[in-house]
Amino acid sequence: MAISLEQIRADFPILQNGAVYLDSGATSLTPTPVVEAVTKYYTDYNANIHRGLYDWSVEATEGYEGAHKTLAAFVNAEHVEEMIFTAGTTSALNVIASMTTANMQPGEEIVTTLLEHHSNFVPWQKAAEAKGLVFKTINVQEDGCLDLEDAKQKITSKTRVVAFTAVSNALGVLTPIKELCALAHENGAIAVVDGAQHIPHFKVDVQDMGCDFYAFSGHKMYGPTGTGGFYARREHLLNMEPVVFGGDMISEVTIQASTWNELPWKFEAGTPHIAGGIGLGVAADYMTSVGLETIEQHEQDMTAYALEVFGTLDGVEVYGPTDPLKRIGVVSFGIGGMHPHDVAELLNRKHIAVRAGHHCAMPLMDHLAIPGTTRASFGIYTSKDDIDALAEAVEYTKSIFTV
Amino acid sequence: MTHSHDAMTEELYRETILDHNANPRNNGPLDDASFSEASLNPSCGDRFTLHVKLSEDGSSVEAVRFEGIGCAISTASMSLFSEKLTGMSVEEVRQLDKQFVYDLLGVPISAAREKCALVSLKTAQTGLRLFEGRDA
Ligand SMILES: Cc1ncc(COP(=O)(O)O)c(C=O)c1O
Repeated sequence: MAISLEQIRADFPILQNGAVYLDSGATSLTPTPVVEAVTKYYTDYNANIHRGLYDWSVEATEGYEGAHKTLAAFVNAEHVEEMIFTAGTTSALNVIASMTTANMQPGEEIVTTLLEHHSNFVPWQKAAEAKGLVFKTINVQEDGCLDLEDAKQKITSKTRVVAFTAVSNALGVLTPIKELCALAHENGAIAVVDGAQHIPHFKVDVQDMGCDFYAFSGHKMYGPTGTGGFYARREHLLNMEPVVFGGDMISEVTIQASTWNELPWKFEAGTPHIAGGIGLGVAADYMTSVGLETIEQHEQDMTAYALEVFGTLDGVEVYGPTDPLKRIGVVSFGIGGMHPHDVAELLNRKHIAVRAGHHCAMPLMDHLAIPGTTRASFGIYTSKDDIDALAEAVEYTKSIFTV
Repeated sequence: MTHSHDAMTEELYRETILDHNANPRNNGPLDDASFSEASLNPSCGDRFTLHVKLSEDGSSVEAVRFEGIGCAISTASMSLFSEKLTGMSVEEVRQLDKQFVYDLLGVPISAAREKCALVSLKTAQTGLRLFEGRDA
């Protein structure tokens, strides 16, 4: 690392309280520059954006719009107006599902996968229900990797949307993003990528991936909670009707009709999370300053190290592929005879924060025939010491249950 | 994050809970159940079905069995509760409160585990209410 782990950890003062935080997949910790940027909005220029003719409002507007520019560049969008802010991945995917299915006809297909978080599953399932669409899911192989052969079967000329996660939140499995986008396009469908677990670890390049939509959460990439958004190719944004109406997204309203504001504001109705959006821009800049290659390498190293350490633990099963290059940021495991809740609670007694349960991926858990997993997930501040502490605490956990 | 739990650790998973988790009592199907109620907590990874057989006149609980899987706390809760439920009057079951279950478990229950701990009571009372509603 060009920048040392100690330097990075110093940017996260919360780490000094002694907890071993291994739940970055749920939400990442927040570095000082982001906290300061959010605070500064409230202490220095707390004003609504757009329309304000006074200094504070101008500064807020510049900050909020600037954050859009930052994020558009961060994912390598071709145009700034292709970046729309939302409250996070969930609201992004719900909006995308509503907009992209609005003109679909009964019998047309939506294809998603068994790896999805509920937020990239249920909105499509509900849209299919409401409109008489066919809802299909691509299977996973034994090791949790997506079954590309099945994808080729499921995606047909009737498919209009292929919605899939770039990285599974439950297993950390990487999906073949480019192949799936290409498959979608060959069949005349659009590709919607859930980037919630992808953007924290990789240099995102939406043009290279070839996706039509890419949704993400700010709070998983070192930004504030309640932030995030989506990239969408401009041609889609120009052609789609918004699904949320209100202030800020309007060009003109008369009793007869309304017309929409220009992109991207047409898709951002109401007063947004201004401080959060500004903080999100700072978070992206923070990641850029650490270096996205550095981040990816670090997360890959931590994942590989965790797999190696867990490989030596008796009675512990790690879910997902054993090849560290097929996954990132997550080690999901089970301990023979112990429910994940019990494991997580006992780990907490050793000040280790992990997540336990179905990880909002119940179809996947059903498929694996387990009630859930205990999941350790990593961020840029994760150290080998953290993983060693986890391994030690896992041994302790086992000892409690084998009295 | 609080760091003051260590003293409670062994206590929480003390013998009774581990024992009932490993060897749940009244575990299995019940053919002639008056009602069977599924627990409402699948999101936690707990999936239980409680089977209750009432006496002929419907005034008391004659037999209780349960099936399913869950964490140690919820499994022990189902197991310990099923033992107590057997022989109780229906009126008593209606009156039971959280504390009854907490006392059975006998260990401190954190807010995060409340749902796990109370799964037995909730399932029994919900099942009973629905059963009586059906009757009326
Ligand atoms: C893969 C994936 N998609 C979507 C989400 C939902 O994100 P949010 O809760 O920030 O809207 C998550 C969060 O856990 C996730 O991991």
